Amino acid sequence: MATTVHEPPQIDSQRPKVSYSGNGGWRNLVPADGDLRVAREYSPPASSTGIWVVLFAVTMMFAALTSALVVRKGSSFDWRHFTLPSILYFNTALLLISSVTLEVSRRRIADFMGGLKSQSESPARWLYVTLFLGLLFVAGQYVAWLQLRGEGVFLATNPSSSFFYVLTAAHVLHIVGGLAGIIYVIRRLSRSVLRRSTLDATARYWHFMDALWVYLLLLLWIKL
Amino acid sequence: MHDMSTQAVHHHEPTTFIRKHVFSLDHKVIGKQYYALALVAVLTGMVLSWIMRLHLGWTNLAIPGLHFLSANGAPGDVMTPEYYLQLMTMHGTIMVFFVLTTAPFAAFGNFFLPIQVGAEDMPFPHFNMMSFWVTFVAFLVLISSFFVGDGPSLGGWTQYAPLSAVGAVGGPGEGLGTLLWAASIGIFCIGQLLGSLNFITTTLDLRVKGMSMMRLPLTAWAWFITSCMGLTAFAVLMPACILLILDHVAGTSFFVPSNLVINDQLQPHSGGSTLLWQHLFWFFGHPEVYIAIVPAFGIVSHVLITNMRRPLLSHRVVIYSMGAVAVLSYMVYGHHMFVSGMNPFSSLAFSFPTLIITIPNTIVVLIWIGTLYGSKLRINTASLFALGFISMFVSGGVSGFFLAQPSIDIMLHATYFVVGHFHMVMAVAAIFGIFAGTYFWFPKMTGRMMNETLGRIHFWLSFVGTYCIFMPFHYLGLAGNVRRYQAFVADYMQPLIPVHRFITVAALFTGAAQVIFLYNLIHSRFWGKPAPDNPWEATSLEWSTATPPPFDNFGGKHPVVYHDPYQYGVKSSVGDYVMQTSPEQVATVSEEK
Repeated sequence: MATTVHEPPQIDSQRPKVSYSGNGGWRNLVPADGDLRVAREYSPPASSTGIWVVLFAVTMMFAALTSALVVRKGSSFDWRHFTLPSILYFNTALLLISSVTLEVSRRRIADFMGGLKSQSESPARWLYVTLFLGLLFVAGQYVAWLQLRGEGVFLATNPSSSFFYVLTAAHVLHIVGGLAGIIYVIRRLSRSVLRRSTLDATARYWHFMDALWVYLLLLLWIKL
Repeated sequence: MHDMSTQAVHHHEPTTFIRKHVFSLDHKVIGKQYYALALVAVLTGMVLSWIMRLHLGWTNLAIPGLHFLSANGAPGDVMTPEYYLQLMTMHGTIMVFFVLTTAPFAAFGNFFLPIQVGAEDMPFPHFNMMSFWVTFVAFLVLISSFFVGDGPSLGGWTQYAPLSAVGAVGGPGEGLGTLLWAASIGIFCIGQLLGSLNFITTTLDLRVKGMSMMRLPLTAWAWFITSCMGLTAFAVLMPACILLILDHVAGTSFFVPSNLVINDQLQPHSGGSTLLWQHLFWFFGHPEVYIAIVPAFGIVSHVLITNMRRPLLSHRVVIYSMGAVAVLSYMVYGHHMFVSGMNPFSSLAFSFPTLIITIPNTIVVLIWIGTLYGSKLRINTASLFALGFISMFVSGGVSGFFLAQPSIDIMLHATYFVVGHFHMVMAVAAIFGIFAGTYFWFPKMTGRMMNETLGRIHFWLSFVGTYCIFMPFHYLGLAGNVRRYQAFVADYMQPLIPVHRFITVAALFTGAAQVIFLYNLIHSRFWGKPAPDNPWEATSLEWSTATPPPFDNFGGKHPVVYHDPYQYGVKSSVGDYVMQTSPEQVATVSEEK
């Protein structure tokens, strides 16, 4: 049995000076100064890791629903196809644009936090735009449901419509969570207590919901 | 690793009773709350099993007061066949979710994971508090089904469709009872996902200086691996519960097939897949077995190493084995479905990894036994329960070899052989792990020692009693005794009734023995001998702080880790061990000296 005694890691109490602008990738493993010893000892704020954990759980949830859709479609001959409401494509565009505006906002706030931008420019402006687009997306999805109801396609009409409502509702609930995150970011920013990691985590979540919607739209388009 | 000196304290010590003991953000209080919930749940589940066992031993026996629980389910204090199934469903659900998941993972993990990694708390304390209260609400929702309509669900803890999805026409409790069941489990999933989020981020991000992943104690590894499993499993079970609820309330047909006639009524569903529910459920259900048992792997390793005064033959191999078990657990779930009508080739595909998963499990057991060989084990209640765990796990695991083969499983699947198998390998083994953890960590959690004599009496009565209950189940199964029957009226089962009566007496006896534990737990909590900081001369971080730990765990200090987690059998200034936080340089001492 070998007993090893290690010297305590020598780390400066100051965090490595990392230029955050435009990075913030997975775990920030390589800091700007290239000192790998520091990199080994550096750990990101828990929200950076936490958001990936959340996204993994969301992925598993939608993977389960996807597999349920595939199995259910293949298990019987009662699957009826229907045309997706055209407003879904408009909603998709809204969500894609909201990702762009959020990314613009994220970079501006990063610059603002780094002192690269003057305080005269409101850094929250693009966040409000994102919030508005997100709310518009939720409203758009509701309109899509109304259109389907108008055509007599309800939750229990057919397994295809059941999956449509379940998948879109589950996604909208997650979008609402993302909107709550953006509101939280705006509030923290207005009080000047926003952490960079919180902003990054919210942005990652929102972009993921964006990508998830594109996936769901493709799935629904192909399978329904 | 996180530099704790730059990490802000997440929250301040509360002053009000409500914030201190009820809606607390402190991981230690939340851990104790989970433990208390598990204690209430296990007593409830145990009483239900007593009632079922009495009925199985003496059919039509009037159990005084039973009609208070359900006037319809037990008219004249004699339970109806349906009510037997309702109690069975609740016994399984309560035990699996609110005891075996809650105690070894959420309770001990919450209390000790942050301390073992050297953190002040979990990174998301509000989510942590929410995870407990969500779980508590889930428990209340489940228990409420006893008191509504015609009682709780009768579909079994697995809630196989279509019975679980057709509503009240399926029988007593299949309407509102099953709805409450699905709602409860859906809510429970949210609680466990929030818990997993905290466990994973605590392990990855809040480790102190010097605490590399390989320096984490095996308990921390076990909780980390379990939380990864939980994250995957509960994220699948939750949508499955939502679909089940929709089949109930919205008229969808996810799980109910066409042309289904129940009680002469054609069901208004079409085309649903009954196998779909089983796939979704068991994708959660089998990893759930390991969610219950892997934390016990960690606890048993931790307890045994401390009492053997030597590290395991290989620290890394145990970690890798637990990881392999976690990954394989998702590839074996179909072995629960050998008789479901699934494609026989699928059975073969699931049988193979089922046999493979025995390899990492066997490796862990062999490492325990190999390390025990020749060690001077300190016998105390915790180490006895750890040994008891190994005994239960091996005894129950061996019968798994039979069930892993589809050709044999077809014969044994619906018999008491399976009941005996999973109760030993998963349920009682995990309970023994919980007991080992309780006797080991009680001093740190409460600041007082438990009574050792009572502990040993509790162990021996539980150990012998458990074998008396569950070993005969295997014989009953081999004799063809079907499970889930409330009475055994067929001729071939008549000679088996005395065995059932023996099991019932053993269950009552073993259950009564738990009063000793309860007395010890409560009495020691208030009047036990005050515990020193490190009563077991252990090495990990929880023993380096005060007993019980202060609010911020280390009294404002930021520990630094210098050693691997289990440095026993060395010569140091304090004895034959060196704590992880001690900067002392030590040399290995050979056993002969």
